[in-house]
Amino acid sequence: MLEFLENIIPSSTIALVVFALFPLVLILVYALFAIWAERKIAGFIQDRLGPMRTGGFHGWAQTIADMLKLIQKEDIIPKDASSFLFKLAPFMIFTASYAAFAVIPFSSGYIGSNINIGAFYLLAITSFLTISIIMASWASNNKWSLVGGMRTAAQMVSYEVPTIVTVLSVLIVASSMNLMTITEMQTGNDIMGFLPNWFIFQNPFLIVAFALFFISMLAESHRVPFDLPESESELVAGYQTEYSGMRWGMFMLAEYADMLLLSLLGATLFFGGWNSPFGTFMSGPVWGFGWFMLKGMLLVFVMMWIRWTLPRYRVDQLMHICWSILIPLSFVNFVLVALWEMIF
Amino acid sequence: MQTQIKEGFQTFKSIFIGMGITLRHFFQPSVTIQYPEVRDVLPAGARSKLFVNIDDCIGCNLCARACPVNCIDIETVKATADIDLGKTSTGNPKRLWVTQFDIDMSKCMYCDLCVHPCPTNCIYMVQEYEYSEFDRKNLIFKFSDLTPDKVIEVKEKLVKETEEKNREKELAQQKKDQEKEKDAGKTGE
Repeated sequence: MLEFLENIIPSSTIALVVFALFPLVLILVYALFAIWAERKIAGFIQDRLGPMRTGGFHGWAQTIADMLKLIQKEDIIPKDASSFLFKLAPFMIFTASYAAFAVIPFSSGYIGSNINIGAFYLLAITSFLTISIIMASWASNNKWSLVGGMRTAAQMVSYEVPTIVTVLSVLIVASSMNLMTITEMQTGNDIMGFLPNWFIFQNPFLIVAFALFFISMLAESHRVPFDLPESESELVAGYQTEYSGMRWGMFMLAEYADMLLLSLLGATLFFGGWNSPFGTFMSGPVWGFGWFMLKGMLLVFVMMWIRWTLPRYRVDQLMHICWSILIPLSFVNFVLVALWEMIF
Repeated sequence: MQTQIKEGFQTFKSIFIGMGITLRHFFQPSVTIQYPEVRDVLPAGARSKLFVNIDDCIGCNLCARACPVNCIDIETVKATADIDLGKTSTGNPKRLWVTQFDIDMSKCMYCDLCVHPCPTNCIYMVQEYEYSEFDRKNLIFKFSDLTPDKVIEVKEKLVKETEEKNREKELAQQKKDQEKEKDAGKTGE
């Protein structure tokens, strides 16, 4: 992809920038689309229509209008807030989400950085989200923000453990941390003659691993039933309390980007990334991108679907689920996956 | 341990049942009515706005008296003898000019009590519900079809007629008095 861009664009610096900006464009377009889709899905599930006015067909321009509104809003910074950190936090949280996209193999022809520690880098860089949330809550100089931020940090730090362990159980099957290599290992349709070689079909315990990964992914990206960081219906907006306008919009954007990131990671690790489910049929760099996004979007849809089905857990239930159910289960499952790999 | 596994199983079962329900609703057609473009059919007895068929009104004031919030304001002038106002469509003779028939819809509580006393069924609810205004004064609906000039004319006519009648009465009285005086004179002679 980079070589192709360098061939058509005379300056190699510009080619590199275009190459690097691709995930950003993807995130922005996806966020606009996903917020609209979320509202439509909410509407349909509740037998409503959702946004219908803006832009003609089913209110498709609603999020664009909302973003324009957010940009126009006054940039309010509390008087006693730590101004620099307060301003920095929303950009940092978005940077963390964006940086993590560097190692996602979007198709066989495009990966931002084909490094051998891809999965490790991704898990490490997403820890920045926790730091930026604590930064935002602390800099707001508001006790509700701080309490909300601490709650969020506790949730994210706790749920990072089962996420990492489940990712690890895929990594021992793949014996590589390079996400491109992991995807390439899942090419082909050999299981029972027709099933694609996706990891979720290769090892029965990886199905359990995926279930655990999905649950902890919901908590990592603050989705219902683990959306305590915001929980718009009963708590003050948590660490976002003092934020307004486009700075708040950045948090929103980062949340949706995080959702996409974890969905794409799930698609890469368990569902064969950019591999076509029909073997060599409809495969190739462009088709691969389509398949990859389709898999990611399906996971995003399930996340939205869960959001409009389930109520929210209490904080103590949240911690109970993580520490006394998910973490032991994921460790046991990790050992079982390893044993299965040893024996077969 | 066993109960925990059971509970865990129950949890997942209930989650999947719930997701099944939401998925079914996801594919169901929505119940939303896209209001300005599509309008719902109101029930037959919907009470949304008062209307007065002024041609049938005999100015009996029954509706105004029935109104619990005094939102109907009626003023009538007696028709002079030279004018026949005709009959209503229900056959009641009209004897009064209805010079003012104002209904303040901002006061109205849509109780429908004014509708039933009307002897000619000329006041009733219509299914029009889009009459919001920027000025509250615009919610006073005037139903009288007489022009202000006509009202003045009618009133003056009535005053003239009463004056004439009074004068006639006075004349008649005077005549009587004179006759009485005459009679008294005769008897006094």
